[in-house]
Amino acid sequence: MTAAVSAPNGVASCVIPPAGLDVLIRALRARGYRVVGPTVRNRAIVYEELTAAAQLPVGWTDVQDGATYRLERRDDDARFGYAVGPHSWKQFLLPPRLRLLRVRRTPGGGADAGQDGGDGARGGGTEDDGGYAGKNGGYDGSSGGTATAGPGPGRLDFEEEPPPTTRLALIGVRSCELHAIAIQDRILVAGRYPDRDYTARREGLFIVALNCHEPGGTCFCVSMDTGPAVRQGSGYDLVLSEILTGEHRFLVEAGTGRGAEVLAELTGPPAANTGVTTGSTGADDRTAAGGANSRSGDEPAPARPATSADWEAAQTGVERAVSRMGRTLDADNLRDLLAANLEHPRWDDVASRCLTCGNCTMVCPTCFCLTVEDVGDLAGGEAERWRSWESCFSLDHSYLHGGPVRGSSRSRYRQWLTHKFATWHDQFGTSGCVGCGRCITWCPVAIDVTEELTAIRANSVPGEPVS
Amino acid sequence: MSTGTRPSAEAALPATAPLSSSPAAPAAPVVAEMTPRPFRVVDRVRETPDTWTLRLVPDDGGPTIDAVPGQFTMVYAFGVGEVPVSVSAVPSDGVPLTHTVRAVGAVTEAICAAKPGDVLGVRGPFGRGWPLDQAVGRDVLVIAGGLGLAPLWPVVHALARRDSAGRAAAVLVGGRTPADLPYRDELARLAAQTGLQVLVTVDRADPGWDGRVGVVTALLPDARFDPARTVAFLCGPEVMMRVTAAALTDAGVPAHRVHLSMERNMHCGIGHCGRCQLGPMLLCLHGPVCDYGRLSPLLTIREL
Repeated sequence: MTAAVSAPNGVASCVIPPAGLDVLIRALRARGYRVVGPTVRNRAIVYEELTAAAQLPVGWTDVQDGATYRLERRDDDARFGYAVGPHSWKQFLLPPRLRLLRVRRTPGGGADAGQDGGDGARGGGTEDDGGYAGKNGGYDGSSGGTATAGPGPGRLDFEEEPPPTTRLALIGVRSCELHAIAIQDRILVAGRYPDRDYTARREGLFIVALNCHEPGGTCFCVSMDTGPAVRQGSGYDLVLSEILTGEHRFLVEAGTGRGAEVLAELTGPPAANTGVTTGSTGADDRTAAGGANSRSGDEPAPARPATSADWEAAQTGVERAVSRMGRTLDADNLRDLLAANLEHPRWDDVASRCLTCGNCTMVCPTCFCLTVEDVGDLAGGEAERWRSWESCFSLDHSYLHGGPVRGSSRSRYRQWLTHKFATWHDQFGTSGCVGCGRCITWCPVAIDVTEELTAIRANSVPGEPVS
Repeated sequence: MSTGTRPSAEAALPATAPLSSSPAAPAAPVVAEMTPRPFRVVDRVRETPDTWTLRLVPDDGGPTIDAVPGQFTMVYAFGVGEVPVSVSAVPSDGVPLTHTVRAVGAVTEAICAAKPGDVLGVRGPFGRGWPLDQAVGRDVLVIAGGLGLAPLWPVVHALARRDSAGRAAAVLVGGRTPADLPYRDELARLAAQTGLQVLVTVDRADPGWDGRVGVVTALLPDARFDPARTVAFLCGPEVMMRVTAAALTDAGVPAHRVHLSMERNMHCGIGHCGRCQLGPMLLCLHGPVCDYGRLSPLLTIREL
């Protein structure tokens, strides 16, 4: 770790050239991580697996406003010169669709052979059970009655999906997104019932965070106190600052011990010389080129210690970002404001525009609502349980024998907004919003949560909150 | 919520329970909360034309599910789906886990179709039950609408067992028709043989009905209770509970001693699916039993 210097706050750090990102990706892959980061696909910046830094959105930025997202060329080669796209990291921790169980049914024989022998009857009513008995008989018959025709009960065996074993490394996680992960952690890790799959994915995670220098047109993290600077100790392993003034470079700081280990690989001698065998072509290339002291033109320039000029440039980047937020919101005590205004006329106004498409909930990095579906095969011997993302904008979400509790778009929009900004506090001790602006950008009719909340506050009903 | 300590399998199971594995393995299999355990139907009784009571014992050699009155489990019908169902008798009463289910959809139809010997999946218990400690030294009102009597059924039995020197206890039940009243014979027996005051009314009488006709709140004037010293447990359609709870508080029962068992869509029971929200509450965690002091402002808002 000789090239790392002490930062002003005492953490291990270094400065690498853009090509050093390849070293970072290789180092993470060599440690067994599947590396995921931003890349351009279908004219949007999305999060996908990366094997090389060239897949980053080099020289691209995004122009965002309500219902507007457009990629444009930058006049530099910034790797992280955009804000956030339609993807959030939640797809990697809380997969959009996940099998939870396989269930195998071994039919018995005789116990339910189409008769109601076990039934008693009381309280009136007629004994008319033929349809159900027939259904059970059908299952039994289709499952191969010859092999299991003997007397004896059937059985159900539940086989849980094994927890994932692949560990992920996320590259380019902004402060708003770190906050979003921390919010989902409260629900799915720190809650009364930790989710086993999420927890396994989360525990294996390596996070390369990014100080945000490029807020988008719908961003308001400053209002939500979630960015743009990554807070020290907020759960990242490494944090990058992309400096575009002067020499294009990245200031890299370690946030954890394992982050410091990876950082040492960025700064130390070539892997081949330290006995670290990566097996990657990158390490072989570097060895072939003669090591750190005789790099060819294609090789990453060596990392160097950070100087005060580097720290100042990184600081300037986040300060400029603070002043360039596309949106602002008065977030003061939104919990009580919304609780006292559940019948505000603005709900009717926004309902006249909302399509209840659920886009806002799909792009939201904290929305966690789920649906659980049980499916069976046609033969009746195997079934599965799947879990999928759901939205409070669907009618099924609140369906209760005969119809939805929240049938109107007014009530469904109110549920989304009040949950996100108010009752989330009651349930999880934090706001559910991190100010990333995705719900504004990806709303097809440009409904803007900052505008709706401002309208409610401007003409709010005074009074006690209902909870 | 209080679930108490988990009794051993031997203590919780009736002697007739068909244990499928050796009694030397009493520990519950370690499974994720979303994974049901197999439970075998040992008894099935038809309560009304569309409602059945199922008694269930573990089919995996583990202990039964140790629910307290008012809690619910998620009951799974193979390949069809899963629904939340309150317990209508609890293992601590010396009987198997018991659920009374009305066949109103695909899943509940499949559950109601399960015969003795069939295996269902069950996981739980979930949620907060009735705060029965509040009944000590107080008059108790149990007020049910239709199948809402099922989650209250363990409470009714606890009251029926109570020392007759205790304070008054009344069970008020409203049904759509006489045929829709669950546990009718058992209710009549409890009324005749215990100190329970049992009042029953129906919306629509049939030719054999000589009882009362009207809404359940119309029974309140005949119920024996001192409002200031009363705790009330309500379960039924939401509108019935809202009207009844308002009538009770109007009569002087403190709102925080009027308890309602609320119902919302649930897919998980563990606070992850987000479907059972009612204002600030996730009813699977903070309910299903909530007091009217907390609920009353929420119940007046349409489509909350």
